[in-house]
Amino acid sequence: MNTAPGRSELPLDSRPGPSRRASLKSRRQRSLAFRLAFAVVVTILVLVPFAWMISIAFTPAEQAFGSISLLPEQPTWRNFWIALTEVDLSRALLNSGVVAALAVIVNLVLTPMTGYAFCRLRFPGSQFVFLGIIATTAIPIAVTLIPLFLMVKGIPWAGGNDLFGHGGTGLLNTLLGVSIPHLVGAMNIFLSYQYYSTMPGELAEAARMDGAGEWVIFWRVYLPLSKPLLAVVAIFSFTGTWDDFLWPLVTTTSRDVYTVQLALVQFNAEGNVQYGALMAGAILISLPVVAVFLFNQRSFIAGLADGGVKG
Amino acid sequence: MTAQAETRTAPAPVPRRRGWSRLHLAGLAMAAPATIFILVFSLIPVVYGLYLSLTRYNPLRRGGPEWIGLSNYASLADSPQFWRALGVTGLFVLMVLPPTVLIATGLAVLVNVRVPGIGAIRSALYIPNIISLTAVSMIWLWMYSQHGLFNQIFAWFGLPEQALLYDERTALAAAAVMRVWKALGSNMVLLLAGLQSIPNELYEAARVDGAGKAAQFRHVTVPGLRPMLVFVIAMDIIYLSQSFAEIYVLTQGGPLASTTTVNYLIYTTAFQYNQFGLSSAMAFVLFAFVAGLSVITMRNRTGDRP
Repeated sequence: MNTAPGRSELPLDSRPGPSRRASLKSRRQRSLAFRLAFAVVVTILVLVPFAWMISIAFTPAEQAFGSISLLPEQPTWRNFWIALTEVDLSRALLNSGVVAALAVIVNLVLTPMTGYAFCRLRFPGSQFVFLGIIATTAIPIAVTLIPLFLMVKGIPWAGGNDLFGHGGTGLLNTLLGVSIPHLVGAMNIFLSYQYYSTMPGELAEAARMDGAGEWVIFWRVYLPLSKPLLAVVAIFSFTGTWDDFLWPLVTTTSRDVYTVQLALVQFNAEGNVQYGALMAGAILISLPVVAVFLFNQRSFIAGLADGGVKG
Repeated sequence: MTAQAETRTAPAPVPRRRGWSRLHLAGLAMAAPATIFILVFSLIPVVYGLYLSLTRYNPLRRGGPEWIGLSNYASLADSPQFWRALGVTGLFVLMVLPPTVLIATGLAVLVNVRVPGIGAIRSALYIPNIISLTAVSMIWLWMYSQHGLFNQIFAWFGLPEQALLYDERTALAAAAVMRVWKALGSNMVLLLAGLQSIPNELYEAARVDGAGKAAQFRHVTVPGLRPMLVFVIAMDIIYLSQSFAEIYVLTQGGPLASTTTVNYLIYTTAFQYNQFGLSSAMAFVLFAFVAGLSVITMRNRTGDRP
């Protein structure tokens, strides 16, 4: 979180008045300590389910049906092994990795450039087109689900299809097909637009004076100054793709293209009530997003707040 | 901002050809790939879906969609199943939204202090939000199970064992509790940004006028937070009314359709019963409800009284 001056976070001691300062300060600090303690308690309560998730993941399957203690008596890695082999998360992790990498790369290449163009290189009608792109973020997934399914199925010359998209299954049941709805995020274009609207335009003018073309100006001048934006775009693309469930559910049918979310849910749906393996699997598929989040908290939360405040 | 950017990006020295300058063309070329992609994979599907909603179409049969006009919408109008799903969806939103927004506002006020370690607390509170719905649903599936956390707590208080997810009266509420827990973090972060955008001078002015803590909260915090609050509520409505993954994992729409949300019904209608036309019509009715609700909510964005 930014803590720029002028924002209304409670400062530690902002009250003047020399005579009463000492007592006010100690009262203030006591109430602050109370607040912090309360916040810690709430945080622990919120994290309780995760504590149990970790506990169950390390509890041997035989003991998982009795009364379970938070600290397993004989902790085991076996559930993780089951998750990687029987649940086939090892394959699914690879699949999700490929799909998410595709989404991250295409988003990084296309969306900052697009936001830049709509913000800085406006052409006749560009504002209208930009608004149209923003409007697509409000379309419920269910509206585009079936048409997109049919379109992906009917992509010409793919998956046994002829020129007219008939005869085969198109890109259904392929990793490329799974990635399609995530390749260009309208929200990323919006965030890029916001980002470039706060950058000075003089940079471009100076480069133009030196005879640089518009592509060079974007790729060589603005993009290197866009690291925070690129981080947010990468994180949103990664988590959005990695966490998606409905689209892989309807477009994939064979286990070798299952994504992590699908592999875990289908293992459960097949009637395997092995909570240990399920929790181990839930940990394995959550670790990448948690890692990405923890390493980039600032950009992550700032991006969220930007999209919100300015939107 | 708009006017400024306009003047900056259209400098005089660039030669103009018939209204389309070199800058215009560069902008068009840069924006084109992503725009065409969104046109093809987001906007065309909407039009295609609208067409499908006016047809009868089973993808497993030979022959394409068969035009039937508004029949799908007419049959939805007297389908008890669909109305039930709409009701369940609305009830779910009502169960999740008020507690989430209230608790998240409280949390945002609580963590709006500048002390060491507060960043870690904010991040920790946000964690449920970044983990996928399927993974958190797995955790809650265990917590609601026979030997899960809730039954251990019930046993501790001497209460009988409950199968909350298998009881028609409690299943939806059980899913709602999970969703409140998951949504708290994102709501809190946005509301915190809203709190921090209230200028400090307003609080000082209120203090000078003799306003106490409660009065400051009522007359400065609440109106200042209002735009963000409205935004958060609108986003929540959009997300919550599309609940699917948690229903799929926790209850599969049961027991007795008591947790069959519209999105779950759309999924089963299309991909288990192969009624693509009818399912598309449901999606557009849902779209209309969601769009209507968000427009009503966003209208309240500016206004002087809550």
